[in-house]
Amino acid sequence: MASRPLRAKPVGYRPGIGSKGANVAVFIILAVLALLFLIPFYLILRNAFATDQEITAPGWMWFSPDPAWDNLSRLFDDPSVPMARSLLNSAIVAVLTTAGTLFLCTTAGYGLARVPWRHANKVFYLVLATLMIPGAITFVPSFVMVSSLGWLSDYRGLIIPGLFSGFAAFLCRQYFLGFPRELEEAARVDGLSHWGAFWRIVIPNSGSFLAAIAVITFVGAWNSFLWPLVIGRSPDSWTVQVALSTFLTAQTVSLSQLFAAALVAILPLVFVFLFLQRFLVQGVAQTGLKG
Amino acid sequence: MAVSTETAAPGTAGTGGRAPRARRRTGGWRTALTFWYFVGPFFIGLLVFTYIPVVWSAYLSFFDARNTVTPLPEDFVGFGNYARMLQDAAFTDSLVTFTVFAAFIVPLTFACSLALALLLNRVRLMRAFFRSVFFLPFACSYVVASLVWKMSIFNGVRYGMANSILDLFGIEDVPWLFDPNPPWYWLVIVTLRLWIQCGFYMILFIAALQQIPEHLYEAAYVDGAKPGWQTFWHITLPQLRATSVAVLMLILIAAYQAFDEFYNLIGNQAYARPPLMYLYTTALGTQQDLGRGSAGALILALIIAIVTVLQGRFLGFGNAEEK
Repeated sequence: MASRPLRAKPVGYRPGIGSKGANVAVFIILAVLALLFLIPFYLILRNAFATDQEITAPGWMWFSPDPAWDNLSRLFDDPSVPMARSLLNSAIVAVLTTAGTLFLCTTAGYGLARVPWRHANKVFYLVLATLMIPGAITFVPSFVMVSSLGWLSDYRGLIIPGLFSGFAAFLCRQYFLGFPRELEEAARVDGLSHWGAFWRIVIPNSGSFLAAIAVITFVGAWNSFLWPLVIGRSPDSWTVQVALSTFLTAQTVSLSQLFAAALVAILPLVFVFLFLQRFLVQGVAQTGLKG
Repeated sequence: MAVSTETAAPGTAGTGGRAPRARRRTGGWRTALTFWYFVGPFFIGLLVFTYIPVVWSAYLSFFDARNTVTPLPEDFVGFGNYARMLQDAAFTDSLVTFTVFAAFIVPLTFACSLALALLLNRVRLMRAFFRSVFFLPFACSYVVASLVWKMSIFNGVRYGMANSILDLFGIEDVPWLFDPNPPWYWLVIVTLRLWIQCGFYMILFIAALQQIPEHLYEAAYVDGAKPGWQTFWHITLPQLRATSVAVLMLILIAAYQAFDEFYNLIGNQAYARPPLMYLYTTALGTQQDLGRGSAGALILALIIAIVTVLQGRFLGFGNAEEK
C-alpha cells in the first residue's frame, strides 16, 4: 500500500527528539479520529442490511442479528424506484464526462503550454478568467443555454456543458509546462509533429497525472447534484444522486431501502478510490497546486 | 525530417534546418493552426458554455424575463431586478447565512486538514491506512452524506445516533435540524462538510510538507529551536504559505457553492438558505424568474470577486506567486 515517492519524511520531527510517549499519543489520536471518520460508512452498511423496525427501534443496535441480505435485490426489483436506470445514467454521464474532459483538457493544456504561438498567452488568460467565475454562479445562464438548445432531460445536457473545465485545462497546462522538454525535442527531431509527439511521447509518460485528473473528474461527475437536478426533469434522466435525493426529501421509500441505495451509490467510487488513491495523491502533488 | 519539409512554406525550402526555429519565434500561421488544432475544440466549448451564458445572463438581468430566455424589448426594466434583489430580505438573509457558514467552515476545514496532515507526517505505523481513511469520505457525495447525517446520526428522534448518546447522559432528544432556536443545525451542516472535505485538503498539505527542505529543521535544531510549537510556527507554517493561500481560496469558493447539503438536509427553509438555494428557487422553481435569478447570480459573482481579491491582498497571494 505504501507508495514510495509519497512516503513522507517525518518533517518537523527528527528521530530521537520526539519522545516515545508523544509518538504513542499521536497514534492514539489518529486511531480515534479514524474511527470517527468511519462511522458514516458503518452506519450505511448497518442500515442497508437491517429492517426498518430494527433501524427505528429505541435501543442501540450494532448490527442486525439477522441481516436482511435481500434488501439490495428488493431495491432493484421495486418498479416504483428507478434505481437501475439512475445508476446506468450516472455511469454513462461519469464515464463520458471523464473521457471527454481528459481529451479536451489535455490537448488544450498541451497546446497552451507547448505550441509557441504568439497569442497563446492571451488565450490562456481567457481560460484563466473562467476560474474566477465559480461554476455554481453560471448555472442559471447555463440552464438558459441548455434549455434553448432543447437538451433538458437529455444526456447531451447532462454531459456536454461539463466537459469544458477551465480548472482541468489549467492543471494540465501547469503539468505540461513541467514535462521534460528534452523528450519532446528528441521526438520532434525524429520527425514527429507536435500532435505526434503529444500522443506518442507525452501522453504515455503522464500516466499518474492523467489518472489523477480522471479520478477527480469521475468523482465530481458521479457526485454532482445541482446540475443533474436542474437538467434531469424526468425520472428517466435522473442520476443516482438525484434519485437518492428525491427518495430522501419525498420519503417515498423505506429507510432500509434508502440506505441500500446509498450503499450502491458509493460502492463504485469507494473501489475507484481504494485502487487509484496512490495515483491521485501523486497527481495532486504533481499539479501546480502545491504552490 | 519529413515533417519539416512538409510544413516549410515553398519559398523557404532553401533555408534548410533553421526554418523550424525561425517559425517558432515568429509564430506564423502554421503555428497558429497547430495551436488551434490543440486548443480549438476546448476553447469553442468554453465560449459556448461559459462566456455566452454569462453574457446572455447579464442581458436577461435587465429584463422582466419570466419563463422566457428571449424577452421582448418592452420587458426592459433597467436595474429593476437588481434593486428588487437587494431589497428582498430573503436574498440578503441568504447572504448572511452564507457569511455565518463561511465563518465556521473556512477556519475549521483549514485547521483540521492541516492538523491531520501534520499528525500523518509524524506517525510511523499504518500511515497509508490512516491516509486512506481520512481521504475516503471525499468519494462520498453530499447527497449520501446528507442521508446519513439526517436519517442516522442527527435524526431528531430517539434512534438517531447523536440522541442515543445523549440518552446515556440523560439528556433529552434534540431536534437537530428543524428547530432554528438554538441553531443546532449548524453543527450538522458543518460536521458534514468537514467530513467530506478535510481529507482532500490534507493531501494537498502533505504534498507541501514533503517539499520543505530537511536542512531547515536541522538548522533550527542547531540554533536551539524547540521541536514542536516553535519549529511549527517559525519554519513549517511560513513554508506552507503558498499552499495555505491556495487551500483557503478553494475552501471559500467551495463554500459559496454550498447547495447540496442544505437542499437535502433542510430544504428551502428561511433560517438556513444559502444564496444558491435562493437563486435556484427563484430562477428554476415555480416562478421561473430568470431575470431576477440572473441579477442575483451576477450580484453574487461580484461579491465573490471582491472577497477573492481582498483575501488575496490580505494574505499576499501576489507575493506567493512572485517567488
